[in-house]
Amino acid sequence: MSEAIAGASVTPLRLGLVGSPNSGKTTLFNALTGLRAKVGNYPGVTVERREGDATIGGRALRVIDLPGTYSLDPISPDEAVVRQVLEGQIADVATPDGLIVTVDACTLERSLVLVAQVLALGLPTCLVLTMTDELKARGGEIDHALLRDALGIPVVGVVGHRGLGLAALRALLPDPGAWERPAVPPPVDDADRNGWVVSVLDRVLVKPAARSARTEAIDRIVLHPVLGTLLFTVVMVLFFQLIFAWATPAMDAIDGGMGQLGEFVRLTLPAGFLADFLADGVIAGVGGVIIFLPQILLLFTLLYLLEDVGYMARAAFVVDRVMGRIGLEGRAFVALLSSYACAVPGIMAARTVPSPRHRLVTILVAPLMTCSARLPVYALLIGAFVPATSVMGPIGMQGLVLLGLYLLGALSALAAAAILNRTVLRGESMPFYLELPPYRVPPLRLVASQVWGAASAFLKRAGTIILATSMVLWMLLTFPQVEVPPELPAESAAAYQLERSAAGTLGRALEPFIEPLGFDWKIGVGLVASLAAREVIVSTLAQIYAASEEDEVSLREAIRTDRHTETGELVFTPATVASLLVFFVFALQCMSTLATIRRETNSWGWAAFAFGYLLVLAYGASFVTYRVVDAFA
Amino acid sequence: MSVAIPLSELPVGALAAVVAVEIDGPVGRRLRDLGFRPDAAVTCRRRAPLGDPRVYELAGSQICLRRSEASGIQVRPTQAPPTGSDNE
Ligand SMILES: Nc1nc2c(ncn2[C@@H]2O[C@H](COP(=O)(O)OP(=O)(O)OP(=O)(O)O)[C@@H](O)[C@H]2O)c(=O)[nH]1
Ligand SMILES: [Mg+2]
Repeated sequence: MSEAIAGASVTPLRLGLVGSPNSGKTTLFNALTGLRAKVGNYPGVTVERREGDATIGGRALRVIDLPGTYSLDPISPDEAVVRQVLEGQIADVATPDGLIVTVDACTLERSLVLVAQVLALGLPTCLVLTMTDELKARGGEIDHALLRDALGIPVVGVVGHRGLGLAALRALLPDPGAWERPAVPPPVDDADRNGWVVSVLDRVLVKPAARSARTEAIDRIVLHPVLGTLLFTVVMVLFFQLIFAWATPAMDAIDGGMGQLGEFVRLTLPAGFLADFLADGVIAGVGGVIIFLPQILLLFTLLYLLEDVGYMARAAFVVDRVMGRIGLEGRAFVALLSSYACAVPGIMAARTVPSPRHRLVTILVAPLMTCSARLPVYALLIGAFVPATSVMGPIGMQGLVLLGLYLLGALSALAAAAILNRTVLRGESMPFYLELPPYRVPPLRLVASQVWGAASAFLKRAGTIILATSMVLWMLLTFPQVEVPPELPAESAAAYQLERSAAGTLGRALEPFIEPLGFDWKIGVGLVASLAAREVIVSTLAQIYAASEEDEVSLREAIRTDRHTETGELVFTPATVASLLVFFVFALQCMSTLATIRRETNSWGWAAFAFGYLLVLAYGASFVTYRVVDAFA
Repeated sequence: MSVAIPLSELPVGALAAVVAVEIDGPVGRRLRDLGFRPDAAVTCRRRAPLGDPRVYELAGSQICLRRSEASGIQVRPTQAPPTGSDNE
């Protein structure tokens, strides 16, 4: 569908998508443009304007997806965008030539207020009734022809995610100038408008929708005070079990493949810098991260399933009381939940939080939620050092430790929010309202395409930022070349050279600072490199061990058996492993997150504050963990 | 004719008609946008595990409000709680 528009002479027709949150705007946007913008079954998925091209009936169209809004009087930053776009207040963004108003057919009554406000703008407008399948399933009926008469604008009914009704919509879109316009716009005054809504409803609503039987039945369990909590716990425990149980075979297969690729390079290329560079630099580094693809796939599949089914808003409802105690609202919790995928969308989702102060607190604590970039680090260390023993039936130790790390992150985020609210950012508490969407069966294609989007983002990072840092690090780990003393046994020669390389020198210089945390110079190099992105510590360690080991062993095996050159003690003791895990729970090692905080708060100061307080927290927590575990182990 | 009570006092399962939203400013406006307008029918459907917030059903949608907001909406109960209320 989306094609580059040939020649600059044709200005595309601009069509804006306006509608209540969760009414199916992005689903339509994706169907029209062929793009894959984020869709989810909770209000407030889209938080910024997004444009996409389509050619329909030979006419070039630019479709503009907008955040959902209940009214054109904004109360949060994402809603403000809608008004700005519709009124042409953003520089270089022209006012749309036509508007597509989406209305969830099951909430026609409420949506008519927004329709009235949009019609008052005077732009050519058409109305798309979405979720017509649900209206029918719930026994409701709307007379489309009468609705068209009552509003005086074109009306199209669709089932967005299945593409039903899109042909009629496509036939309409290329010519907004020809759309019917209301003879008299609806009243703007509050009381008159209420009367207007009632009169329209009287005419067009043949039968109102009954409660959704499915949603009722599921909510009876999910929102049950006891059963719901129990169910939540079971789902969480199982989820982290599966990440290890299901991903391990696939991981081992990729790991084996990478090892063979490395050996193949060594066999085909003459021994020397080029072979070393490819095998120890590129393949070991990038491959070390790529082996965690199965875990990433599992994580995102579950996350998106929960999101598309409609669970997120319920989770926000259940924990709102706790959030209230801390001084936040349930909506901030939804933003924090999206940070499980990645802190960047999580921080952006804070735009749906009306209070600026709450928004800031949400942004500052979002990096504490365990993002998917931490997963490779956790999986490496847990896979190597936590025995795969069973604690109780199918519940294994590794999954429990992983769950514990996720919980530690979430609890710290809440604690940090509570402290920030009481100190740095004191102020009044804010109102909270949240619509609970009906449960929906997500189309498999949608889940698959979203998971694929996340997986390809992961692979793209491996191919760009991780590849680049791997290449730079290989240089720093290889040069300068030094004279190895001849009396040194052959197996120590590589390690000797490594410790005197540029990276090794840097790591050694760092040792006094990180020694109290139980880290040696190799971990230090990994920590510095991971400032670019957290997974880089995995690729860095993979490179260091690939360069220092004679034969190809897996990274897991290498860190398990590594010993200090001078003392001969194990490098990764239980205390060191625990301390390193805790460090990653807290530290903000991610350039994109910092850049996003800067953009969203419009200040480098807050980005620096977030980095600083999390670094202090990470250092302190690691220090304590190291001492405590060391004393007990 | 029953007397008006705050929405937050409406028992789970009970039906009522909105009398007025007594909250000023953007929050009151937003509640009206969500459908809390005079004569709108509203039901209290569920309570969160700790009793607050609650889910109200209004014009075909389920909206979750905290006590602090719900107490600013005056409603008039129109009917005794029907049998089989959910969360009690
Ligand atoms: N049954 C049904 N579900 C739909 C239809 N259109 C969209 N959905 C689902 O409804 C949910 C919301 O869709 P979105 O396209 O994200 O809605 P949105 O209006 O962009 O939402 P915000 O960005 O949050 O304002 C998703 O789970 C979709 O799969 C439809 O016509 N019928
Ligand atoms: Mg959207």
